[in-house]
Amino acid sequence: MERESISVTVNGRTYERAVEPRRLLSDFLRDDLRLTGTHVGCEHGVCGSCTVMMDGVTARSCLTFAVMADGAEIETIEGLGSADAMHPVQQAFWEKHGLQCGFCTPGMLMTAVELLKRNPDPSVDDIRDAISGNLCRCTGYQTIVDSIRHAAKLMREDGA
Amino acid sequence: MKPPRFRYLRAGSVDGAVQALADNPDARILAGGQSLIAMMNLRLVRPACLIDINRVPDLGYIREEGDGVAIGALARHNEVKHSELVRARCPLLTEAYESIAHHTVRNRGTLGGNLCHADPSSETPAVMIAVGATLVLQSVGGTRAVGAEDFFLGTYETAARQDEMLVEIRLPGRGADGWAFAEISNRHGDFAIAVIATTLSLENGRCAAARVVASGVGEHAARLVPAEQALVGGPVDETRLDAAAAAAAGAVDPHSDSHADAAYRRDAVAALTRRTVRRAAERCG
Repeated sequence: MERESISVTVNGRTYERAVEPRRLLSDFLRDDLRLTGTHVGCEHGVCGSCTVMMDGVTARSCLTFAVMADGAEIETIEGLGSADAMHPVQQAFWEKHGLQCGFCTPGMLMTAVELLKRNPDPSVDDIRDAISGNLCRCTGYQTIVDSIRHAAKLMREDGA
Repeated sequence: MKPPRFRYLRAGSVDGAVQALADNPDARILAGGQSLIAMMNLRLVRPACLIDINRVPDLGYIREEGDGVAIGALARHNEVKHSELVRARCPLLTEAYESIAHHTVRNRGTLGGNLCHADPSSETPAVMIAVGATLVLQSVGGTRAVGAEDFFLGTYETAARQDEMLVEIRLPGRGADGWAFAEISNRHGDFAIAVIATTLSLENGRCAAARVVASGVGEHAARLVPAEQALVGGPVDETRLDAAAAAAAGAVDPHSDSHADAAYRRDAVAALTRRTVRRAAERCG
């Protein structure tokens, strides 16, 4: 079985691995690097749970082969913040009850971070459009939208 | 599920990619992968070899070409969606992008890959046919240009031979034409139940030329010629809108699935034809 040597930087740390070409980036992160914060839901690009940052923009890690990420900078939920030092988006989801079971949350957070980078003061419609590719099966969209609006406020105050 | 095994080749240039296609008759091009990898994960397709073109330099351009726009094979959806040049010269495509996929998918997916995938419910083929785009295909034998109308042959089937790669999309200049795009889907950004893309020209208040193109209601995107004929030669008034809508509905033979039955799709085609033709005529101003 042929393997390709790749070098991928994840949350600032560079990993060298040999992978099968068919290895999905989502499985590479979870199974090879043991970074299980990135979740795999549908595995065909519909649910958004596996969303990560690739070279500064969001990507579906289940629709990316690990070999395509050779040389790329990946950010996952593990790199966003910690329990002691949460990212403002995490803080906002915590305060506004932006999750129930938490399965969709890593993807929602990465998507929200990208949205707030390009639009620091999004309207409710902007937020709904941005998370339209992320499914929450607990039907918690209302509090997710509230959380992202709150996060925008926290980040604007932070930056002020 | 997990994708089946395949051989992986990384192209460093367009010449390298088409040479690899010639050398590997079982190979396919891998661009953004937003449709191909999903279908591989579902094991609906099993290419034995993928040629990754994501590292080919200078293939993601969007640039002026005469009155029109030339778009390289690696231009990502979001780049095309937000291109001011595309908005100025092919606003129908910009309008269609309001209904195409989600932000994250558009970050990676390419317009060229989307066209080559030829999904029967995809929006972009309808736009390409409506504006009269040209697709440039390259193989080791050279390049050839294929009109969008002749490119889509069936479900997931195009005029590109196995050894050919789509290298450029050419959009013609807009001129004074009117245009409009409308879609019905279950959720924003989802696969379309029905799509109509319309372009038309008025001369002295009369419709001089029209293209009414449907997607999602047949094997592939296609012009609804009877609807176009119902429009040309007279003013775009209620009588002609009625005639065009009825002709459009009669020109399609849609399928039924869990999202919508054939009768609903037929009604949708009539409604979207009326909506887009009216809008396009207003925009002719």
